[in-house]
Amino acid sequence: MARVTKEEKKQGIISAALKLFSEKGFYITTIPDIADKVGMSVGNFYNYFKSKDILAKELVLYISEYLGSQIREINERDITTEQKIYEIVSMYFSVAEKKPEMIEYFLRVYLSNREVFGDGCEGMICVSPFVTEMMMFFNDGVESGDLHDQDFFSAFGLFMGYLGGMVFLFGEKILPEPLDNYKDDIAQNIYNALKKR
Amino acid sequence: MHSKNAKKPKLLWLQGITCNGNTHSFLNLSSLDILLDKFELLHIPAFATQYTLEEIVECNLDCDVLIFEGTYDPLMRRADVALEKILLYYAKSASHIIAAGSCASFGGMFKAVAPERNSGILFDEEEKLGPLKEDEKKVINLSGCPIHPEWLAYILQMIVNNMNILLDELHRPLELYSPLAHHGCTRNEYFEWKVDAKSFGTKEGCLFYEQGCRAPMTHASCNKILWNEVSSKTRIGTPCFGCTEPDFPRKNLFKTKTNMSIPQDVPLGVPKRSYLTLAGIAKTFHIKRLEGKLIDYKTTP
Repeated sequence: MARVTKEEKKQGIISAALKLFSEKGFYITTIPDIADKVGMSVGNFYNYFKSKDILAKELVLYISEYLGSQIREINERDITTEQKIYEIVSMYFSVAEKKPEMIEYFLRVYLSNREVFGDGCEGMICVSPFVTEMMMFFNDGVESGDLHDQDFFSAFGLFMGYLGGMVFLFGEKILPEPLDNYKDDIAQNIYNALKKR
Repeated sequence: MHSKNAKKPKLLWLQGITCNGNTHSFLNLSSLDILLDKFELLHIPAFATQYTLEEIVECNLDCDVLIFEGTYDPLMRRADVALEKILLYYAKSASHIIAAGSCASFGGMFKAVAPERNSGILFDEEEKLGPLKEDEKKVINLSGCPIHPEWLAYILQMIVNNMNILLDELHRPLELYSPLAHHGCTRNEYFEWKVDAKSFGTKEGCLFYEQGCRAPMTHASCNKILWNEVSSKTRIGTPCFGCTEPDFPRKNLFKTKTNMSIPQDVPLGVPKRSYLTLAGIAKTFHIKRLEGKLIDYKTTP
């Protein structure tokens, strides 16, 4: 049997912690719960993360880097801004369905427990890879003449607030249809709202 | 009277379409007398020199250093002789040809009069389409609007001392134009922490975010070699206009071009993605000392 490397074990902790935090909440989940889920001792867990707070911050960075790399791949494609919007919406919904813990963690843990992330994860620090890619998307959209030039946060809030809201409704089991069924209209709505006037 | 003129390089200053700004700038050089004493002055407008313009345009003299100020217009005549003829004639005998200022270097401000016709003496913006193509190896571009007097003095000294003048791809001396105007800017700490200047003419804040400052993309040493030995645009709270670059003059000089609040142009050689990452994180922190007037900040509580 192949030896599990330290990096693979770290990934195992990240996956387990994401699931537990997003299902049970940040405060109820304990380090013994996480260690138990990955099948390691609590003592060994501390070789990977020095505290629950540090793990929580690493998780935000992990999600931000994952989403950032997905958006970067879309940004670098030779397609129109309208198509990019569709691809970003599809990617985001696909993550929400296949790895719901990623988006759930972001919405329910990161955005709801600001006191945990105040020191060392404030502002853009942990979400920079994701936000930077959205900046690139908006910059390229305006530069190519497809999008209306406006304040970054007005556009960012419209785009990500909309997607976050839909995923939240999906998580609450309020949406009557699977997320996938909404992506065409949502992508079209975002484009219509942001396109050059 | 000494007669060392025979050993001195012969200097000739010609003009195309110009506001005389480079001549005026050069007059501010504090060591002007000492410098000019090293040359035999054939003709410099605004100076009492050996020959009049009428004598110069007869084209039967020779020179060692030719300085050309202003935009080149192929239809222009000086003292009733075609400028093209005068320029090409003196270019042949000169060992060094200096384009003084951005008009002579790239076309500059007076290219706008006839953009299809006018150019610099060698370059038309970034392309070598000017009249001195055959003598291009001799051409040294000292761009700037106007020329920095110290830079012209520096290059003239190098010529007198027979030094090798290394040039960049736009024929600007590397010694003077490899730094950026950003280097030596007293506002660098505000740039690092992304604190913008609230208005023009203040001592605090960076002019890059709102006020159109081009210093991080402009090759010039004006924040290292100061104007009149004391100041620079950015030091008095005016943005760098990028006047040493071939695309000068640009439009909206006092406003940074942004796309959804993101600067269209980022510091030279820095990938936009990297710049945005760093800028976003730096903006997260609020440094109290950098937010108010420097003189109001109390170091003790």
